[in-house]
Amino acid sequence: MSQGIYLDNNATTRVDPEVLQEMLPLFTEHFGNPSSMHGFGAAVGGKIEWARKQVQALLGAAHDSEIVFTSGGTESDNTAILSALEAYPKKREIVTSVVEHPGVLALCEYLEKKRGYKFHRIPVDNRGNLDMEAYRAALSDQVAIVSIMWANNETGTIFPVEELARMAKEVGALFHTDAVQSVGKIPMKLADSAIDMLSLSGHKLHAPKGIGALYVKRGLRYRPMLRGGHQERSRRAGTENAPGIVGLGAAAQLALVHMGDENTRVKALRDKLEQAILAAVPSCFVTGNPDNRLPNTCNIAFEYIEGEAILLLLNEAGIAASSGSACTSGSLEPSHVMRAMGVPYTAAHGATRFSLSRDTTEEEIDRVIAVVPGIIAKLRSLSPYWQQGADRPKEFAPVYS
Amino acid sequence: MWNYTDKVKEHFFNPKNSGVLDSANAVGEVGSITCGDALRLMLKVDPDTQIIQDAKFQTFGCGSAIASSSALTEMIIGKTVDEALTLTNRDIAEYLGGLPPEKMHCSVMGAEALRAAIANYKGEAWEDDHEEGELVCKCFGIDAAMIERAVTVNGLTTLEEVTHYTKAGGSCQTCHEKIEEVLEEVLAKTGALKPAKKHTPGTVGLDAIKPLEPKAEPVTAPKLTNVQRMQAIMSAIEEMRPQIQRDGGDVELVDIDGKDIYVRLSGACSGCSQSAGTMMGVQMKLVEKLGEFVRVKPASLMPAHVG
Repeated sequence: MSQGIYLDNNATTRVDPEVLQEMLPLFTEHFGNPSSMHGFGAAVGGKIEWARKQVQALLGAAHDSEIVFTSGGTESDNTAILSALEAYPKKREIVTSVVEHPGVLALCEYLEKKRGYKFHRIPVDNRGNLDMEAYRAALSDQVAIVSIMWANNETGTIFPVEELARMAKEVGALFHTDAVQSVGKIPMKLADSAIDMLSLSGHKLHAPKGIGALYVKRGLRYRPMLRGGHQERSRRAGTENAPGIVGLGAAAQLALVHMGDENTRVKALRDKLEQAILAAVPSCFVTGNPDNRLPNTCNIAFEYIEGEAILLLLNEAGIAASSGSACTSGSLEPSHVMRAMGVPYTAAHGATRFSLSRDTTEEEIDRVIAVVPGIIAKLRSLSPYWQQGADRPKEFAPVYS
Repeated sequence: MWNYTDKVKEHFFNPKNSGVLDSANAVGEVGSITCGDALRLMLKVDPDTQIIQDAKFQTFGCGSAIASSSALTEMIIGKTVDEALTLTNRDIAEYLGGLPPEKMHCSVMGAEALRAAIANYKGEAWEDDHEEGELVCKCFGIDAAMIERAVTVNGLTTLEEVTHYTKAGGSCQTCHEKIEEVLEEVLAKTGALKPAKKHTPGTVGLDAIKPLEPKAEPVTAPKLTNVQRMQAIMSAIEEMRPQIQRDGGDVELVDIDGKDIYVRLSGACSGCSQSAGTMMGVQMKLVEKLGEFVRVKPASLMPAHVG
């Protein structure tokens, strides 16, 4: 698969070789525990503080001590929400959107069901934009925390987090954002922001899996999820994942360097791919809000065929993408994001996400453009919803169980 | 990525008999709302011989749905209508060399399309009577709807009973939280937090739900004497030893205390990360042999004997 074309960077990215180089000494000569008193530990401690400053710079945070290293996006999301609930025990309400990552949604559903919290799910319109009226209505002094993602992982649609954070502030609620898809792609300056907490994940920006961070604004009431040692100023106990942290630091440094490229060259490649597919394939459309989204993400719903079948055929052609189809997930649930936007299920199942990165080349995009129309046509020739030879859908109403 | 067999891949990448059959005199159209798949099956049946001369399909669905449809057409061409009706979804899955548990419903859709098409040929109305829900137990492919039915019909109230009747949760045990959730929901709905009256399993049209033993009721099961029971346990463990010894370990019966059976694992088993799995295997075997629910525990958990 090393020769393959990888367009699934919203799922995970390749570790940058420079990042790996920075990490390797942490496995060999700098193996010490940063908490130790001797020189082996001190060398590692210094590298961790260097990494913290790189992440601070990428986020535009005011202080490096606002960065808490975690195991990844899900841990950061869980920590942020549970911390707020514990710090403000009298407030019994949580606000999120219907299109959040399971790292937030599944936790809030659990808290609603088992702990009796009131859980507001703010809907989106058919382009994936947040219903601002519903959001305003959900806010009150009973809300402990608002957690709304910066950009959606499936469609790339960007939410107005700064405005949302200011509105949360007005009622005294904390504001957390899951920014795992947007860190490194959107310039940020959290020092001037109303955002209280922010989750990021290393493996979405060319660092390894198993490392992430939670930004916690200075002065915020905070309660740790993991208690134990004094690591991370007692905000996240457990011996530091030193190689991961240094990898994340190196990746953050590189992300700043390449952010321009992501927003120009990569964006242009994404647009080229999208326009070419829309022109060559009938009955397909872009999901989400094409005018306000991440520069690397393109999600096209191919109607009347199913996503897993598309992915299997793409894979045969050496192309890696991803799908909102029910059948590609272990749960067999169709994508909650597509359903929330009201995409009809005959299209939601064919929703295919191409997510590019700075590794993507124009030759690769040209190859995908050449292959996709044939794959779609082949599957439509098998579909009962498709009129053979007429290039259009037909009436079909099966008995549903 | 799903772990599809070569046979599934073969039928997906090069499906047999796909497309429209213009001469069809039997058409079945079914869909599964859970995953949104849909299938149209077209048959050409010879009215004199009742033989299915040709079959074609069109499928909206994932790789295994397309492969199941393709396999189905290959399996029924040349058969009479009545022969075809004996095919079950398991036959389709077996023909494909197996399907991941999450994907078994694809074979169900195939079997239903066949029934719908034959009903159409015979001029009968066809009603779909199967429902499906979220997959709960991945080891045995048991979904929430099946657990719900087992709980409702048999008046089950505990996790152990659900495992006993449906097998759900009997292997890796990671789905126990989900099973308890389903139980809670059903019990809350029926208000039957007290045990409902017991039914004899298998008499209520639950062909999909079979308890591990045809007569799982301890009362109605042939009552073993204590000696017979002990001998049955000893012989079951003897039967398992060669297999465990092949892995360099051994198992020994230490004591029987009602439903608790204490064994000692030794050799390569002691301290092995798989030992919990081995214990579970011994338990499944004993439950099967005895026709009653027993717990197999390590000898180290034995309560200290008083007096």
